Amino acid sequence: MTTGMTMSGWGLILIFTALVALLAKPVGRWLFALYEGRDTPLHRLLGPVERGFYRASGIDPAREQGWLAYGLHMLAFQVVLTLFTYAILRLQGVLPMNPRGLAGIGTDGAMNTAIAFVTNTNWQWYAGESVLSNFSQMVGLTIHNFLSAATGIAIAFALFRGFARHEARTVGNFWADCTRVTLYLLLPLCVVYALFLVACGVPQTLASLVEAHTLEGAKQVIVLGPVASQEAIKMLGTNGGGFYNANSAHPFENPTALTNFVQMLSIFAIGSGLTWCFGRAVGNTRQGWAILCAMLILFVAGAGIAYWQEADGATLAMAGGHMEGKEVRFGIAASALFSAVTTAASCGAVNAMHDSFTAIGGLIPIFNMQLGEIVIGGVGSGIYGFLLFALLAVFVAGLMVGRTPEYVGKKIEAREVKLAVLAIAVLPLSILGFTALAAVLPAGLAGPLNKGPHGFSEILYAFSSATANNGSAFAGLSAGTPFYNGLLGVAMWVGRFFVIIPVLAIAGSLAAKRHTPATAGSFPTTGALWVGLLIGVILILGGLTFLPSLALGPIADQVSVLAHTGF
Amino acid sequence: MSTPQSMFAPELVLPAMRDALRKLAPRELIGNPVLFTTAVVATLLTVLLVIGDGGLSLGFQLQLIAWLWLTVLFGTFAEALAEGRGRAQAASLRAAKSDLVARLPDGRMIPASQLQRGDEVIVETGDLIPADGEVIEGVASVNEAAITGESAPVIREAGGDRSAVTAGTRVISDHIRVRVTQEPGQGFLDRMIALVEGAQRQKTPNEIALTILLVGLTIIFLIAVSTIPAFAHYAGGGVPVAVLAALLITLIPTTIAALLSAIGIAGMDRLVRFNVLAKSGRAVEAAGDIDVLLLDKTGTITVGDRAACEFRPLTGVPMERLAQAALLASLADETPEGRSIVVLARAANLAQGALPEDAQIIPFTAQTRLSGIRTAQSLIQKGAVDSLLRAHPDAAQSPAAADMRRIADDIARLGQTPLGVAENGRLLGVVALKDIIKSGVRDRFAQLRQMGIRTVMITGDNPLTAAAIAAEAGVDDFLAEATPEDKLALIRHEQQGGRLVAMCGDGTNDAPALAQADVGVAMNTGTQAAREAGNMVDLDSDPTKLIEIVGLGKQLLMTRGALTTFSVANDVAKYFAIIPAMFVVLYPGLGALNVMGLASPQSAILSAIIFNALIIPALVPLALRGVTYRPMGAGPMLARNLAIYGLGGLIAPFVGIKAIDLAVAALNLA
Repeated sequence: MTTGMTMSGWGLILIFTALVALLAKPVGRWLFALYEGRDTPLHRLLGPVERGFYRASGIDPAREQGWLAYGLHMLAFQVVLTLFTYAILRLQGVLPMNPRGLAGIGTDGAMNTAIAFVTNTNWQWYAGESVLSNFSQMVGLTIHNFLSAATGIAIAFALFRGFARHEARTVGNFWADCTRVTLYLLLPLCVVYALFLVACGVPQTLASLVEAHTLEGAKQVIVLGPVASQEAIKMLGTNGGGFYNANSAHPFENPTALTNFVQMLSIFAIGSGLTWCFGRAVGNTRQGWAILCAMLILFVAGAGIAYWQEADGATLAMAGGHMEGKEVRFGIAASALFSAVTTAASCGAVNAMHDSFTAIGGLIPIFNMQLGEIVIGGVGSGIYGFLLFALLAVFVAGLMVGRTPEYVGKKIEAREVKLAVLAIAVLPLSILGFTALAAVLPAGLAGPLNKGPHGFSEILYAFSSATANNGSAFAGLSAGTPFYNGLLGVAMWVGRFFVIIPVLAIAGSLAAKRHTPATAGSFPTTGALWVGLLIGVILILGGLTFLPSLALGPIADQVSVLAHTGF
Repeated sequence: MSTPQSMFAPELVLPAMRDALRKLAPRELIGNPVLFTTAVVATLLTVLLVIGDGGLSLGFQLQLIAWLWLTVLFGTFAEALAEGRGRAQAASLRAAKSDLVARLPDGRMIPASQLQRGDEVIVETGDLIPADGEVIEGVASVNEAAITGESAPVIREAGGDRSAVTAGTRVISDHIRVRVTQEPGQGFLDRMIALVEGAQRQKTPNEIALTILLVGLTIIFLIAVSTIPAFAHYAGGGVPVAVLAALLITLIPTTIAALLSAIGIAGMDRLVRFNVLAKSGRAVEAAGDIDVLLLDKTGTITVGDRAACEFRPLTGVPMERLAQAALLASLADETPEGRSIVVLARAANLAQGALPEDAQIIPFTAQTRLSGIRTAQSLIQKGAVDSLLRAHPDAAQSPAAADMRRIADDIARLGQTPLGVAENGRLLGVVALKDIIKSGVRDRFAQLRQMGIRTVMITGDNPLTAAAIAAEAGVDDFLAEATPEDKLALIRHEQQGGRLVAMCGDGTNDAPALAQADVGVAMNTGTQAAREAGNMVDLDSDPTKLIEIVGLGKQLLMTRGALTTFSVANDVAKYFAIIPAMFVVLYPGLGALNVMGLASPQSAILSAIIFNALIIPALVPLALRGVTYRPMGAGPMLARNLAIYGLGGLIAPFVGIKAIDLAVAALNLA
């Protein structure tokens, strides 16, 4: 069978994977300093800012919180942020920096967008450049790109502390974690990154519109704005909300092959570093490497399948049908890779329209999201989601070495199992439950552009994306309706916080436990066997649940293409 | 104990079948949520069949319903069978308990059930002891075969560490006065009966956690299956309820849920057959988690007796003279040590001779700590070097004493015990007594080390001797000159570090340590206090068993893990059997997912549900016997079990479902 796959395509995927692995340690070391509250080289410069912030807000960063207090402070903060953004969006029409005079946004739309940005999903039912003012983008939305990313990392830190501490009652201070991550990691990285993007040709201006006269004499309005700064945090914080509707397929967001590659790397950078940070926190970096290894195997498998299917699409007698909506500037490999990266990482930035992928090529992004975005995953949420599966894997198979299951020195008992199952059950409940609703209600059925299994995939993709806090869209779904805005908003909230609360409870429960020293009789959680076991458990417990939905969506789509039955 | 019966002997299987039906009562079934769900689904399908709303052929529905009910029945049968095996053993115990009567000090006879704690009873030769208690007067030999199965009588006497007696055992000589230490119906025998019957069985922590996982998986699969009709609706079709039910039941972990309590009961049962009585399932689980084993040197590591291995005369003393003196001093000594000196002296041809006519034997006393012999010509004494020197203060300052001390230290450093010999106050030399290490212990400690378990030898010996024996036996650590307080402190210290500790003991002064240890095995010959403090009692009073107990605990946990993994891995094949069968009507292309090439959608569904039901009885023997356990490190053990139960669990159903499908198609069942 002829395929369109090339050596350079595979080379791109493998080089990319290798670079992600290389980033783990340097980024992880930086993260570990923040995890421990130690000084970084930037503290001399930014230390006064941090202390000033604490003084102004009356926070004592040394005062530790139990898991419940940590969670309640976090939740209160999120609710306030949601209301804040909701208000800005509603009042857009009367707020400043609105040269185009855009009107306020409706209730369901504003609610959806506020939740989307607070939950690190950045689902966009609208075309950003035509609906939002610069003020809304910069004040209402961009802060979440930082804060939602910082929140995710803070939760991961709390969980790490649960594993690392023993007989402790606290898991850290939410405000201190959030502040340090934002100040010493996200902001400085973004400044450097944005400057790099500007150098590559990404616009960064407060001017909004440029009128251009084309050769034919027609007038064209080009929308500009603070694109580079938005791009930087969109990637680093796995937010994914682009300035333009076309996202990273837009040449202003992603002008060159270099920016494309760096954008992909930056999506994985912090998530990869967190695995190393976890290993260091629990006193054995091999624990972190084992997790990263399992993640990267799942990633390469997904990216490889997507690439194979996409490249292979050329051999199908579909008269270029597979090329519609494709990114041709970077090529098939880069598009397939980007899709695997963005969905694996809860980012949701896209450089091609996933709707236009071949069926199986489109299945991979859905599947990545349905696993809960744990393949590298969103910043923080990837690793804590992955650790939930690690707990289950340890519990299912750990008994086989004849001991009460242990993971990194903590016994895994009824309470942890209960909480982990609870958190993991959120995914099928929200993804399948809401998809089922949309599949039977008239308001839901009005959404998909296509009929048949492809239309079903569009709905499934939307709820997978929302629940997993990814934010990418399959396109083809008219999601800007009150029905979809409402349901997707709920899915995003549930997918974020109904997972975070059990995760924090696990952190609290683990922190209170004694440390069990590892012996030759302890379940080995480093090495190839463990990596294989993790992958197996993730695929069977996390993945198989979605097989019926995938069978009726992308798989039915694929087999009908193969069988030339069409719909 | 009763002799082990075949697992599927008719006298066990028939009552188990009856019990399996009884356990279908909702009140009983609710304790097993996964089986309960299965029963609810089966009931629902039965109702739908009756009201005639199936949308499928009657024969197919009937078969489906029958197999669902069988799935539940196989589960209750597994539990009933495990309980039945325990009950057979309980019967023999109950026989020992019935008709016990007590003779009060005033001569009145009352039923044993009326005895209260603190009452005193007299037990004569031939009587059964009516209740658990403590001998407060007299010495008797007691046959404890009723509980231990060991017919050799044991001595029970007032005071000391052998004062506890158990109800149902028989006094075969002398008579004793016993103070009752149990509340009515709370005796050792009562507890034992309850335990082997599984009547008071409570779920262990680990079982609870596993049950939560199984319930969680059931809920997740319930969500997955209950959303399918909506998806099918979108595709412009529907899925019959019976097919959805089949998918749900095959996906939820019925296999492990059906076998879970059988595994637990069988684990306790194995321990009982091993003559160890665990007071709770929790203790058995803890045994699997043990990190540190405290082993008494005597009886566990060494055979308990020491044997003479060398004569070491002082400078200027002929070897023969020392040997001759030691021989004479030991001829009347009936202790194993004394006998070994005689044997050594004769074997080396160093000395011969019989006890002189006029010999007067000096027995060992606690005051002098010396023993020996006095004849007309001489006084020969042997004993600890310090005691000997204390008895002869004038010799204690001589160069000979220094020589003797040096030799004694040499001997101690080798892990041997020095025994000084003097004749008429003249120091002759030292006999080296050696601890005899039990054969094979070194290998077993090496195995334990591989499994990550540290062994600590507890001994009253001095540190020098202890170190040498520890090195020879291959233990990881030792606690010398150990007092009960030291033991307790050591256990606490290990537990502070997060390690679980197991130990065994018999004396009253062991009780605090037994209670503190995570697994405390009391010897049945021990005191009542020790038996109360430990969470296990070894009826054979064999301290070596601690190692096997750890193995049994591990085996129990491993069996649970192996069957859970197997159950979960099975789901992959079941998906590939049912999903294409379910959706092929909607999208004919999805027939491509039918990788097993099953005959028809209906036969695929039927085959999956039959496999799901039959795998339960097929695994009952494994659940009751436990998975094969070999002492090895966690890495190799995981690799081995993952290959068998993980990979096997992936592959087996593909083969099994395909085979059943061939049969179903051949028999035209679907």
